[in-house]
Amino acid sequence: MIAEADDTLTIFERSKAGRRAFVAPALDVPPRSLDELLPAELRRSEPAWLPEVSEPEIVRHYNRLSKRNFDLDTGFYPLGSCTMKHNPKLHERIAGLPGHARMHPLQDPTRAQGALELMWRLQEALGEIAGLPYVSLQPSAGSQGELAGVLLTRAYHEDRGERRTKVLTPDTAHGTNPATVTMGGYEMVKVQSDANGNVDLDDLRAKADEDVACLMLTNPSTLGLFETGIEAIERIVHGVGATLYYDGANLNAIMGISRPGDMGFDIVHFNLHKSFTQPHGGGGPGAGPVAVAERIEPYLPRPQVVRGELGSNGSEPFYDLDYDRPKSIGRLRGFQGNYGVFVRSYAYIRSLGAPGLRDASETAVLNANYLLARLRQHGVAEYLPAAYDRLCMHEFVLSGEPMRHQLHVKTLDLAKRLLDHGVHPPTVYFPLIVEEALMVEPTETETKETLDRFAEIVAKILREARDDPSVAQNAPYTTPVRRLDEAGAARHPVVRQSKAPPPGAADHSINNGPVPAA
Amino acid sequence: MTRYTSATDADREEMLAAIGVAAVEELFEDIPESLRLNRQLSLGDGRSELEVFEEFRALAARNTSAEDEIGFLGAGMYDHYVPALIDSIIGRSEFLTPYTPYQPEISQGGLQAMFEYQTAISELTGLPVSNASVYEGPSAVAAAGYVAKHTNNRRRFVISRGVHPHSRETLRTHAHAWGMEVAEAPLNGGVTELPDLGEDASAVIVQQPNFLGAVEDLTAVANAARTAGALTIAACDPLPLALLKTPGECGVDIAVGEGQSLGNRLDFGGPSFGFFAATEALMRRMPGRIAGETTDVDGKRGFVLTLQTREQHIRREKATSNICTAQALNALAGVIYLSWLGREGIVELAELMLQRTAYARERLTQIAGVTPLHERPVVREFAVEIGAPVGAVIARCREQGVNPGYPLWREYPEHPDGLLVAITERRSRADIDRLADVLAAAVVAEREAVGIQA
Repeated sequence: MIAEADDTLTIFERSKAGRRAFVAPALDVPPRSLDELLPAELRRSEPAWLPEVSEPEIVRHYNRLSKRNFDLDTGFYPLGSCTMKHNPKLHERIAGLPGHARMHPLQDPTRAQGALELMWRLQEALGEIAGLPYVSLQPSAGSQGELAGVLLTRAYHEDRGERRTKVLTPDTAHGTNPATVTMGGYEMVKVQSDANGNVDLDDLRAKADEDVACLMLTNPSTLGLFETGIEAIERIVHGVGATLYYDGANLNAIMGISRPGDMGFDIVHFNLHKSFTQPHGGGGPGAGPVAVAERIEPYLPRPQVVRGELGSNGSEPFYDLDYDRPKSIGRLRGFQGNYGVFVRSYAYIRSLGAPGLRDASETAVLNANYLLARLRQHGVAEYLPAAYDRLCMHEFVLSGEPMRHQLHVKTLDLAKRLLDHGVHPPTVYFPLIVEEALMVEPTETETKETLDRFAEIVAKILREARDDPSVAQNAPYTTPVRRLDEAGAARHPVVRQSKAPPPGAADHSINNGPVPAA
Repeated sequence: MTRYTSATDADREEMLAAIGVAAVEELFEDIPESLRLNRQLSLGDGRSELEVFEEFRALAARNTSAEDEIGFLGAGMYDHYVPALIDSIIGRSEFLTPYTPYQPEISQGGLQAMFEYQTAISELTGLPVSNASVYEGPSAVAAAGYVAKHTNNRRRFVISRGVHPHSRETLRTHAHAWGMEVAEAPLNGGVTELPDLGEDASAVIVQQPNFLGAVEDLTAVANAARTAGALTIAACDPLPLALLKTPGECGVDIAVGEGQSLGNRLDFGGPSFGFFAATEALMRRMPGRIAGETTDVDGKRGFVLTLQTREQHIRREKATSNICTAQALNALAGVIYLSWLGREGIVELAELMLQRTAYARERLTQIAGVTPLHERPVVREFAVEIGAPVGAVIARCREQGVNPGYPLWREYPEHPDGLLVAITERRSRADIDRLADVLAAAVVAEREAVGIQA
């Protein structure tokens, strides 16, 4: 292979005047002058400085870039809280069928019955999984689902003539929860965790008052632990008239085993890109539907997918978009949500069925507990103990604090050394209440052999660190780049390609040219 | 065992033994008995891949897609041709299946693509800073409003009636929670007529071209907003920006928009992406991921997520937004598309749409009784009033295999017979001629049916 000296050239730096990939369809109408159609004062002064490249150049450029990414289809990706489970290939095929992919969102419902029926059936399925029958698919991702939940809570209280100002979140919450609280116009109040990693009920009682609109809770929590006090939490929260919100990031632990609605939650959001296999795409797309209890239903976003009564003459049911929802919080986004994601997630639910979903959660929990047991071996547990000495659910949190103390290797160093072993590191430094946290979520789709190998790699890195901590401290070594200057990047942000070539640079327009001088 | 898991019975036995429990049920002992679902979910059994494929194929077959008719629907999403190389590239596992690039050393491909995307969006909008994407168009308008709110702490948005109805409603949903008012600026002659902005306007929000297809005078809007101490937010259709004076040139502070028409399929409304670009002054208030260039310990060029102290995972309740997962794959399709079009191609494509749209507008307004809803310049979409019941006319056209466009009555009751017609490079002159013929016949027939004189 030719030395990849030009790996980091951007598509703009590969540009050369006169090259192109696009050939426009012929102008088949009588041409009129540009000035007549669009007066000069409305036109831009110079063309957008886009790349000038041929098709083979584009393909080669992005294929080359792709090889500088690690991905789930290639290796183990135990990123806690992200549920990196296998993305079935079937889903890409069916989402690409023209009847789905080329559907205009404003097509009349009479001509969109397949799409609306699919959405209605997904709503029904998610409602059954959540134990809360009323579902809106509209939110675009988990964070927008959270915002939907907070806005639904606001609408519910306002409709009762109540003005509440605070929302409670545990100190273990995902960062999106507190950010959502602020975006939803509330003040965030933090609830402490107790020594077992549960919500501290005394602290909750002290903070739950008539000003509290909602408690946002993840269960299992971000520590990978089931809130054993959930029934008491439910009584406290509902006792002050607040809503109980379920962050669905960790739903993968309990599908078909226990339902948020049965625990007393009023509002649930799903992450279809976590529990329901929408590929993450390197940071989206996702979808964040919400399921709610009957008393919240009137406020769901508009429009809602509904099924008309079955005709008395046995005719087909009619699926429609219902805009006539006077108490609705309104829209959170355009059109009907991320339909392409719905196709994939509903295909997953159909493929697995009820037994398969339960098996997925059981196996996810089995895999997590097995990996936790393997990491309790001698040579690992002294340095990386479990943050809480309990059985875990679908994920668990280790603390690298002893490792940092005794070996001078931080959790970050361990994570970077894992990169050299072809493994994506677990989530690091979260949850915030665990020192040097390492949050591991293997998911159900990994084999026992993969889990064994991961445990062996961790043990090996720790052995190596005992001999020479600098190996981990300076890792990685085998990746396309090594540790990057993030502080410098934030201090002097370079967030787009400069039009001017860097001083002393070679002609970037020549492919395979030398690397520009640093 | 299902087909997506691998634990054999023997594996399970070994794993349970290693954990020190006898059965999987014991792993769930923390869940109170009263909260367990002691039945199966009523979702039926699992199905084979073939059965699922056939089921979803049958659902798709019950939709009338852009494949099945000559369609002129637009109104925010457009039936453009998506070049084959996009499917090929974004279908690669290395782009399709990673998470957000939290480990930059093994995510250089995605991060560099974000950097390239940001550059392309910056170029289109004429604004120096773009983030790596937000969800989609209308929520991007609300996200821009959130930036304005934090920038000047004023209590009112002024949004043009020419902004997409979904965007206006989305802004209202959010503004209510922020305790802010939303005032609507009317349209006059097809374009925004700004009222006196007063002293409490946080931002003025317009769309370019607006929902009725008209090109707005962004410069005048931005000047008025600046005089009143408000920010200007422009929701832009990205392809017309190939020709139009850029938001940056016009003095706009934040340009957002729906990115679907840049290499993303229709997908019944999503997933697509929203773009978000702003002035340097607003860079540290922007929502979402931003990729930045840096170097590694060996001095090698690299890319990272930067300015992360804006974001929810660091700043929590003080974050500039709650957004986490956005639309990275769709934005990647966007930058590939823009590279495919290229510097000259994007202008050629936009000019083709401009010419065909002008032709279509002329053809349709030659139909007796069909009049332009406004006379302003348009690029890829225009509105007419057809002087006949619009729902029935559309139904007649559809019987002829033509979907003539989007009826305005629901969102613009002042134009009960208004029709919004969108043109892309997929709609040839022959398609437009067919539309004109079918629409003319339908209009005549419906007028006769209700007794209107042409």
